[in-house]
Amino acid sequence: MYKNFFRYLISAIFLLGFSVNSNADFKVGFVYVGPTGDHGWTFQHHEGRNAVEAAGIKTTFVESVPEGADAERVIRQLAQSGHDLIFTTSFGYMDPTNKVAKDFPNVKFEHATGYKREHPNVSTYSARFYEGRTLLGHIAGKMTKTNTIGYIASFPIPEVIRGINAMTLAAQKVNPNIKTKIVWVFTWYDPGKEAEAAQALIDQGADVIMQHTDSTAPVQTAEKAGVWSFGQASDMQRFAPKSILTSIIDDWAPYYVERAIAARDGKWNQQDTWHGLKEGMVAMGPYNSAMGADLVKEVEQLQKDLASGKVHSFTGPIYDQKGNILVAEGKVADDGMLAGMSVYVKGVEGDIPK
Amino acid sequence: MSLDISFIGILIGSIMASSVPLILAASGELITERSGVLNLGVEGMMIIGAISGFALMVITDNLFIAIVGSMFSGVIISLIFGFLTQSLLTNHVATGLALTIFGIGLSAMLGKNFVGIPGKEFPILFSSLRESIPFFGPILFGHSIVLYFAFALPFLTNYFLKKTKLGLVVRAVGDSPVSASNQGINVIIVRYCCILYGGAMCGLAGAYLSLIYTPQWIENMTAGRGWIALALVVFATWSPIKVLIGALIFGGITILQLHMQAIGFRIPVQFLSALPYLMTIIVLVVISRDSRKIKLNTPTSLGRIFYKEK
Amino acid sequence: MALYFFTPFIAIILTILGGGIIFYILGFNPIEALKFYFITPISNLYGLSELLLKATPLCLIAIGLSFCFKSNNWNIGAEGQLTFGAIVGGGVALLFYNQEGFYILPLVILAGAIGGMIFALIPAILKTYFNTNEILVSLMLVYVSKLLLDYLVVGPWSNPEGFNFPETRQFSDSSRMPLLFESLRIHAGIFLALAAVMLSWFILYKTYLGFQIKVSGLSLKTAKYAGFKGKTMILVVFMISGACAGLAGVGEITGPIGQLHRMISPDYGFTAIIVAFLGRLNPFGIIFASLVVALTYLGAETAQIFLQIPKYTGQVFQGMILFFLLASDYLLFFKVKILNLKKNELRH
Repeated sequence: MYKNFFRYLISAIFLLGFSVNSNADFKVGFVYVGPTGDHGWTFQHHEGRNAVEAAGIKTTFVESVPEGADAERVIRQLAQSGHDLIFTTSFGYMDPTNKVAKDFPNVKFEHATGYKREHPNVSTYSARFYEGRTLLGHIAGKMTKTNTIGYIASFPIPEVIRGINAMTLAAQKVNPNIKTKIVWVFTWYDPGKEAEAAQALIDQGADVIMQHTDSTAPVQTAEKAGVWSFGQASDMQRFAPKSILTSIIDDWAPYYVERAIAARDGKWNQQDTWHGLKEGMVAMGPYNSAMGADLVKEVEQLQKDLASGKVHSFTGPIYDQKGNILVAEGKVADDGMLAGMSVYVKGVEGDIPK
Repeated sequence: MSLDISFIGILIGSIMASSVPLILAASGELITERSGVLNLGVEGMMIIGAISGFALMVITDNLFIAIVGSMFSGVIISLIFGFLTQSLLTNHVATGLALTIFGIGLSAMLGKNFVGIPGKEFPILFSSLRESIPFFGPILFGHSIVLYFAFALPFLTNYFLKKTKLGLVVRAVGDSPVSASNQGINVIIVRYCCILYGGAMCGLAGAYLSLIYTPQWIENMTAGRGWIALALVVFATWSPIKVLIGALIFGGITILQLHMQAIGFRIPVQFLSALPYLMTIIVLVVISRDSRKIKLNTPTSLGRIFYKEK
Repeated sequence: MALYFFTPFIAIILTILGGGIIFYILGFNPIEALKFYFITPISNLYGLSELLLKATPLCLIAIGLSFCFKSNNWNIGAEGQLTFGAIVGGGVALLFYNQEGFYILPLVILAGAIGGMIFALIPAILKTYFNTNEILVSLMLVYVSKLLLDYLVVGPWSNPEGFNFPETRQFSDSSRMPLLFESLRIHAGIFLALAAVMLSWFILYKTYLGFQIKVSGLSLKTAKYAGFKGKTMILVVFMISGACAGLAGVGEITGPIGQLHRMISPDYGFTAIIVAFLGRLNPFGIIFASLVVALTYLGAETAQIFLQIPKYTGQVFQGMILFFLLASDYLLFFKVKILNLKKNELRH
């Protein structure tokens, strides 16, 4: 008892230092996992921050924060220095975000791509990138001549597997003969390695390349080799104007602006957001005219249908690789299943690395 | 996968392209190490070369200036290392490490305004021959001038070290700086030159990445290739020709690994990625066990500070 | 001798001046920037506790390295020894993931230290029995251990309930370092670092082994004439160094992190080399140096939060400190030279 009292006393003295830096202005903080100059994941979050700033709200960011022991300090420092809303933009910040949230009940936290909301002031958000993958699959199935699609994958987490499955299902629908070749690079970001993976897939006969990694190297490799490719995270068209058919764009800006304004006006509530094409969190880059007017029209229609909910990326019947039914005919996969997806659907070759 | 002969040609072409930065950086570092200087700043010099090459390309719109400029900036940054280790007699290991940390930070600082700008197409030589000749086409033709230079470099380096008087001087300085000095060779000047040359080659290796291989600037884009180049010099037992072979093996492991995945083989990726480092340790053990062999291969005074009292 | 300990301060002052110039070039008010860099992070007790937390692994590793460097053994693979220690310690912690008990944490710590030690023994044994260069071997092993960690957290050790994310289960509370204060992250690991400082001071300055280490650092030949068993000593210094790095690794995973994943260390093992030099390979100097270097990390964060100064300035600072420190040694070298350097003598 006495020991505990002593500990609390000391803590109280330590915590006194906190209030010093507080500031009356409403401020939003961002924690990035990469440099703002990665032109991929972090770059897009930074664009979202710029939009919040443009909406007249003060913002701060810290870049290249490792997902180890340092993350908690940075998040805490932002909370402590008068930030009212903090976006933590990488999966690895999940536990630190919740830990800091516990100590700062008046500060709102938004954690990207995670699933833990342990305190009422923590929301999570992510985007339904798989809807974009459905469009890519449709395009790829139509555009491929060799019936081989090359896929550069990062880590075997549900988000990546969901993307592979959504793409394959859509491609099979328009072209039953397609094959998906997957290369795991076990990094989100290594331009040299991503380029080599793209080249290997091209050499293996793939004439459409897509990536679930961050750098623009794969689309540049595709451009050089004269095969089709798709941009990832941001509109990469200017890096490969001939090769890129379209890009999946992570557009965090509307969400960030909306949440920042809600928090400023005291209307912020805890939620688990999973937005897609409908809300604009997933957007498509301009379609390459090389696709032909008919295909562009078709894809634009599909995009509209996905947005309106008329079409769902995972509509049954869907089978796994062994032929077991995953989603029954006439049903669509629910969000719980999508969130935990860890098997390939029928038609994807190879095994998920374990 | 079609295992026909023309496919193997394409494969070899890919491996060659991926090994260029390793050959360039390792050949440069080899000369530096042959003179008895261990510069662990390869990664830092490469990343500086990458950003300055790219920045100059954007500013001047001239690829020649960009390439030459990247080498020049490699020289400048290695001059810091040279000045510290040769004139101020600092510890090679610590100085090289500081150079890498400094270089990564500095390149990010310089590169702030060059993110998101697409690179320029780098001219490719004999591209028509590439398509028309099976097997040999993709191996011999359709590459950038830097690749041809990189593949000639180990032979030039070998000739330089073995057949020229200057090469002999470099080796003498590396093997026994004291006796070299007694014969009237200015050890410090020779080492300075070798360090700056190493810097130039590392700068070029970085520019190959940012101008040719993945034409763009992104922070930290060398992603550890400088350390692999350091391993390569040792793997090659300080022999230029073996640098070439080693670079192809190191590059080949990566490329083949990706191909095997694409075919559908399940392979332990991390184990294969660790292979270059493990092989380097094994080579080190083999050459070091025999004291005669090590004298034949290793620059004896590697990493030692030389000081001549005036 | 006074100059020997004075030069680090010169290096720090020069770095601060150099940093001010860089800030000025980047368009920031240098005085304000430096204030946010070096003063704001530690202007409250929370900041101080974070500084100590960050300095703990740096100090531990640098203490270990000082044994190697003093005896002319260039172990630059502390990052690998840290990683391997964390793998072994983390492996033990994962064995007990659903158990509680007072004995678990000591076991985990011990396993981490042994892991680091074993990993450091590889370059040591290769050096003593195969005459290989320890700089290169220890450096290569860094990448081997990092890839091994990668393999484990992606594959066999990944959390079965973790949706394939590259991380292990959370350790049980019994495998976690006890926190010193409620709601602060500073943990019992700091006592390990302090114990290492005391112990290393005792070994280096009060024991025969310490004498051996220093003598062999001055000249291997002298050591041989004095009848020292050089091989045993090389093994011992590497083991000490590896154990310290292993402890640092285990301190991170059982302290602030609480599980294994791919990013357990932002290159502490390499940064600690700067710390060891800045601290003059002296146990108490290393405490001071670890605090200074830890401050460059924290300062880079605060400077970005308050002034939006890019984060990479931290790396530029760390590089500059070492450059200036090494350069200022030149002054020192001339003093030593007058005392004992013979003509054309080679110095390591």
